[in-house]
Amino acid sequence: MKKKFDIVPYLYILPAALIIIVFRLIPIILSFIVSFYEWTITGPGAFIGLENYEIMVKDGEFWQSLLNTFYLVIFVVPTSLILSLIFANFLNGIEKLKSFFRSIYFVPTVTSMVAISIVWKIIFNQQTGLVNFFLMNLGFDPMGWLAESRGVFDLFLSNIGVNFQAFINSLANITEISYNTLYMILGGPSQALFSIIIVTIWKGLGYNTIIYLAGLQNIPNVYYEAAEIDGAGKIKQFFKITWHLISPTTFYVLMMTTIITFQVFSQIYLMTGPPVGGPLGTTKVIVYFLFDKGFGESNNLSYASAIALVLFGIILSLTLLQKRLEKKVHY
Amino acid sequence: MKKYISYTILSICGLIMVIPFIWMITTSVKSQLEVNKGNVGFLPIEEYSTYEEDGTTYRITDIKQEGDSTYVHIYNDNMERIRSYEKVATSDIKSQRKIKLHFENFKKAFTKVPFKRYFLNTILVSVLTVLGVIVTGSLAAYAFAIMRFKGRDFLFYFFISMMMVPQPVYLIPSYVLLNHLGWIDTYQALIVPWMANIFTIFLLRQQFKTIPDELFDAARIDGCGRLRTLWKLVLPLSKSVLATAAIFGFIGSWNSFMWPLVMTDSPAIRVLQVGLSYFSQEASAQTSLLMAASTFSILPLVILFLIAQKQIIASFASSGLKG
Repeated sequence: MKKKFDIVPYLYILPAALIIIVFRLIPIILSFIVSFYEWTITGPGAFIGLENYEIMVKDGEFWQSLLNTFYLVIFVVPTSLILSLIFANFLNGIEKLKSFFRSIYFVPTVTSMVAISIVWKIIFNQQTGLVNFFLMNLGFDPMGWLAESRGVFDLFLSNIGVNFQAFINSLANITEISYNTLYMILGGPSQALFSIIIVTIWKGLGYNTIIYLAGLQNIPNVYYEAAEIDGAGKIKQFFKITWHLISPTTFYVLMMTTIITFQVFSQIYLMTGPPVGGPLGTTKVIVYFLFDKGFGESNNLSYASAIALVLFGIILSLTLLQKRLEKKVHY
Repeated sequence: MKKYISYTILSICGLIMVIPFIWMITTSVKSQLEVNKGNVGFLPIEEYSTYEEDGTTYRITDIKQEGDSTYVHIYNDNMERIRSYEKVATSDIKSQRKIKLHFENFKKAFTKVPFKRYFLNTILVSVLTVLGVIVTGSLAAYAFAIMRFKGRDFLFYFFISMMMVPQPVYLIPSYVLLNHLGWIDTYQALIVPWMANIFTIFLLRQQFKTIPDELFDAARIDGCGRLRTLWKLVLPLSKSVLATAAIFGFIGSWNSFMWPLVMTDSPAIRVLQVGLSYFSQEASAQTSLLMAASTFSILPLVILFLIAQKQIIASFASSGLKG
């Protein structure tokens, strides 16, 4: 007997599939098309081929946004990972008040980035902010925070008496690379971007801690009991047992935090400027850059699409790379 | 001994995590005058001078002292200046230092822009989105988990691969698409594209697969059709995963910012996060109002979190476990 074709399963999938195809797949295909045409709010114009990508490679603003985004990722991801693993270990070791502390760490995760950004912008305010209030009460000088465009390495080295700018100047003379480029790369993220880094870590810490805590609770206690008998201390136990057995979680946290940090937008939009991305463009990240190109004054949807595709390429290759490494490390 | 170290470190870090919220609340009940004067600390203390005349006490600001008398501005209860450059006897002026909570900041912030409308819009969008996510997710997950059909695995992996695409990537072409559909600045632009969630389909599929075959056989013998089986058997057994999906969907929808910022423009359909963002530009100098607005916009989710913290934290934790 030949089986009759059953259409019902497809009808069950249809509503979800329709939405995913129309609002995910088609836009992704569309973004390739848009990036090859002149395209503004009024619709498509001439076919321009790869011109947008050529412009992008020569666009200093693009490279600065990319560098700022990398700074964010490089500072946020490892810090968040280490801090959340430490918190999770402490949380795992206590009995009383465990759920209380867990909840406290978690509150920033459920609150909106918009409200949080507004609050932190005022916290970092030079005159009426909380951070400078603490600094002054502790006897330090107030700092510029979101208004400070100087790099944090520069600020730190200048503070301990190194003339960083003169060093960059002579380096620029030797290498014939422009002073600004060298300063951007070697000066580190501006203090303004550093403030954004702090907020981004603070916001994501609770989520990562919870993920790690769940991972730690999955490690069978027998390993620790055996190590205890062998006389291994807590620190040794952590590096010999926990670190290895938690590695799948570490990979998950690493991947998620990296992908999310590449897409930072709200805190830049709300905390920096005017103009957004300031001071001196040192907080402009890639997603804000594409938002600004697409919906700002120039309204260049096609250039913005090209930027979005480059971002997609970066995130995709990082995901694939991490998947690959995961297979190698995880046994 | 070791325990104490744990608790001390956890407490200090916990304090750092909540200080922004505490400061937000304490600043939200300060008067703007105090904030501008540089009263940055946590206590909403007010220092001011009063002047007594015919048994009534007025708030004043000192201008200049001249011999026994002082030139002052005199204010009424609403802090509106009623008399300027009055010359009064210095002995009638008293210095005050009091804790005063300005709860009226909340009302001021709430009515300065139509926050009520923003709240209603956000509730409408979030509820409809969650309903859509649950309906489309249950149907699709049911087919993926229970039914056999050609192309099932291909379709499932296609869905999963779409999940990996980050929002900023399809934001611009989505705008082009919605613009073409004439959906820009409408509710459906905020709801329809989000009415299917791939992660929810994934979660529900995992759950549906755990239901033993015998139960499906029994349902079939009882004469239940497929839709009836889903409704009467599968969904009741999956309440906690459904709650997880609903919580995720609701929090995500409530907090989403970039999408509504791009897709809508008119205040009539503006959602809370976008409204708050515009408000922060409009009232950028009025710290205490901004703090009040931030407080009441995060309040609903914080209350939801406090009520259902176990479920919410378990939901988020489950998102990290491999399926």
